[in-house]
Amino acid sequence: MLKYLMAKNEDIPSGSAAVYFGFSAITWFVIGTGLGAFNAAKLAFPDFVTGLEFLSFGHMRQVHVHAVIFGWISQAFAMAMMYITPALGNTKLWSEKLGIWNVILWNIGLSLGLTVLWFGMTSGREYSDFPWFIDLYIATFIFIPLGINVWMTIINRRTQGIYTTNWFFAAATFMVIIVFIVGNLPEFFHLTGLTEAYLTWWFAHNVLGLWITPVAAAIAYYTIPKVTGNPLYSHRIGHLHFWSVVVFYSTPAAHHLMSAPLPEWLKSFASVEGVLILVPAIAFVSNILLTMQGKWNMFVENLEVRFTVTGCLMAIPLNMQGGFQQTRAINWYIHGTGWIVAHAHLALLGFSTFLEVAAVYLGLQTILKRKLYSLTLGNIHFWLLLIGFTTYWVSMTIAGLIQGAGKIYEVPYIDVVIAEHPYMIARWIGGSLVFTGNCFWLYNMWMTARTGTVIPEGRMPHELAYER
Amino acid sequence: MNFREYKIGSRFFALALGGSMTITLLMPSFDINHVNATEVAMDKQLWAGAESGFNLDDPFLLGWHKPLKVLLKADPKTGQPMEPTYAYVYEKGTTLPGGILHPDNLGGIAKQLSLEKGRIKEADKNVGAVFLVKADEQKRYYIENATATMGWTPEAVEKTAGDANTLHAAAGKTLFVREGCWWCHTLLPEQTQDWQVFGAPPMLGDFNGESPTAFGSDRKAPDLLHVGSRNASKEWMMLHFFNPRLVQPHSIMPRFDYLWGPVDANGKKIDFPKWRAEYNEYREGKRVTPPEVPMYARNSEIRNLIDFVLTLK
Repeated sequence: MLKYLMAKNEDIPSGSAAVYFGFSAITWFVIGTGLGAFNAAKLAFPDFVTGLEFLSFGHMRQVHVHAVIFGWISQAFAMAMMYITPALGNTKLWSEKLGIWNVILWNIGLSLGLTVLWFGMTSGREYSDFPWFIDLYIATFIFIPLGINVWMTIINRRTQGIYTTNWFFAAATFMVIIVFIVGNLPEFFHLTGLTEAYLTWWFAHNVLGLWITPVAAAIAYYTIPKVTGNPLYSHRIGHLHFWSVVVFYSTPAAHHLMSAPLPEWLKSFASVEGVLILVPAIAFVSNILLTMQGKWNMFVENLEVRFTVTGCLMAIPLNMQGGFQQTRAINWYIHGTGWIVAHAHLALLGFSTFLEVAAVYLGLQTILKRKLYSLTLGNIHFWLLLIGFTTYWVSMTIAGLIQGAGKIYEVPYIDVVIAEHPYMIARWIGGSLVFTGNCFWLYNMWMTARTGTVIPEGRMPHELAYER
Repeated sequence: MNFREYKIGSRFFALALGGSMTITLLMPSFDINHVNATEVAMDKQLWAGAESGFNLDDPFLLGWHKPLKVLLKADPKTGQPMEPTYAYVYEKGTTLPGGILHPDNLGGIAKQLSLEKGRIKEADKNVGAVFLVKADEQKRYYIENATATMGWTPEAVEKTAGDANTLHAAAGKTLFVREGCWWCHTLLPEQTQDWQVFGAPPMLGDFNGESPTAFGSDRKAPDLLHVGSRNASKEWMMLHFFNPRLVQPHSIMPRFDYLWGPVDANGKKIDFPKWRAEYNEYREGKRVTPPEVPMYARNSEIRNLIDFVLTLK
């Protein structure tokens, strides 16, 4: 890999950047979910690994969150962009070299950022916890080079139109740069008070709404038609999805602060806009599920389709929760409880992760031209992820409802803690299953690269799935 | 890119995103700009200082260059007894808080009174300053720069107050951020149902000048905005921080015994392994009482954190 840093762009094999991003993303997924399981153990058993500052919950929680967001999810996005964008433009990636530099600088910056967070050097702002010099690094050396590579590949495409996936990729890379710079203005210019509080949640909302959700959806717009061989059900609905994400998902930031003293008009506006998230959600889910027509057997037989469709199905409860839990009628009950934690994991570990996992499986097999080393391990990975996540989500949702009831009936807080204890143990078990599944996955992909059966020219990996 | 649809599309994209940012950023900023600082906001920014998260004055969040909140019972200049008053001491080199550096932050009348009666613009970081929160006859609150109006110097105020009446609340808030207390303890009683247990939710102007606000979003533990009014016992706090299970057997809070540092109040080395071993014996029923929690040293981090918690009235 290092030898490519100084090589000529033409000399770097096509797809190298995607492969490095792929393995890097899986590694961060293992680390991130491992940290998550470790933190969950601490909530279930408070004296588990005690008395050490750097292994305490308050130092580790944000490392877990940022390892999965910027390590796993965002690098899996970069991996998908590095091979899907050129494939859809019938061209090569604009610069493999820039891609390789991007993956190296990304890992250096992220490791540095997580280390300073781990040591407690934080801005104290949720989701924008990184101190401002790391924020600047991320914008300059992570997202801007990624964006340039995606935009230039699209500009230099050899097709007339631009496919849905690539609109999303181009727009989302642009929007995440804007969100990073604007959302961190309080740190750059020391803005204080309500401005700081509001911008914290403006950032947190939009990094999900304009980066994680649309890019994950864009990946599904590629994987399902590609693997099933069906054309996308409707490009018009794709348009509706794209424009409603830009308009409706970028506006409800204030609904994260429904109980804070923000201007009332802003909270009401955000709440109404928040319900409209159902427009892109329904457009996306229906478009993908209708594309599956006549190929539903692949939901059972094919690993990538199974991951993608499961992720799409999870988008239904996700957006039903997301649209309505932020209205005043419901928010007062569940705000600040485990329900929200469950919802956040439904978005990132359920919906988004399942779509990215499919893209990484498909991409690595396609670029390496090697069949998956073990389909059994792939199936185990799927079920460990699904069962682990479901255990987590169900237990945290119940814990959240208990907390909500405790909150409105003003039960002494310690009784809520006691009532939540079994669900904290379930949460830890669920997280551990996910972590275990990911360890299998890393091994499986490593062995695929080393010893997987070579896929002949012109064949798709899934066509060979059951051939020996 | 010479494909007409994409030109139109790009313009619509700019319009959509720009419109969204106009509504969600520009328009609220007009409203938030016109929020007047309340007495709570003045007190809070004066005791917490300019910044409690990462900043160049305190990059490792160790509580460097932080103001002090002190209780004065005598005039630091004349030594005459006076009505107990809280003063906020900014030693030489401590960055002044938002409202002093940018009086616009205080808003409307508070800004005008602080500038005219309080003379806050005369405060100088290179000399140090002492501030008070005052109210005029019409109960309108403002910040007074006591160094300019009465000639109180940081050194004299600290000496008059003495260590027992000094709160290291700003350094404590830094710890609240660094140790991640806010991942479980919110600082935002909710408007709908938290009044009886956790106290009044904050008002619109209660945050001016505060950074970070650290509301917290994931409440796994009691809200702390008014904790000092519910429980003002230093002893309870000390036991609770050393090992929460000493005072609340079902608590899931981590132990913060490492904030004691290496030595106790008498300069004696704290034997943590021994303490933990004895505690485990107590838990197994082999001891009747838990081991004694060491009294913390005056300059330990736990002192700052307890001072912070007790400041949250």
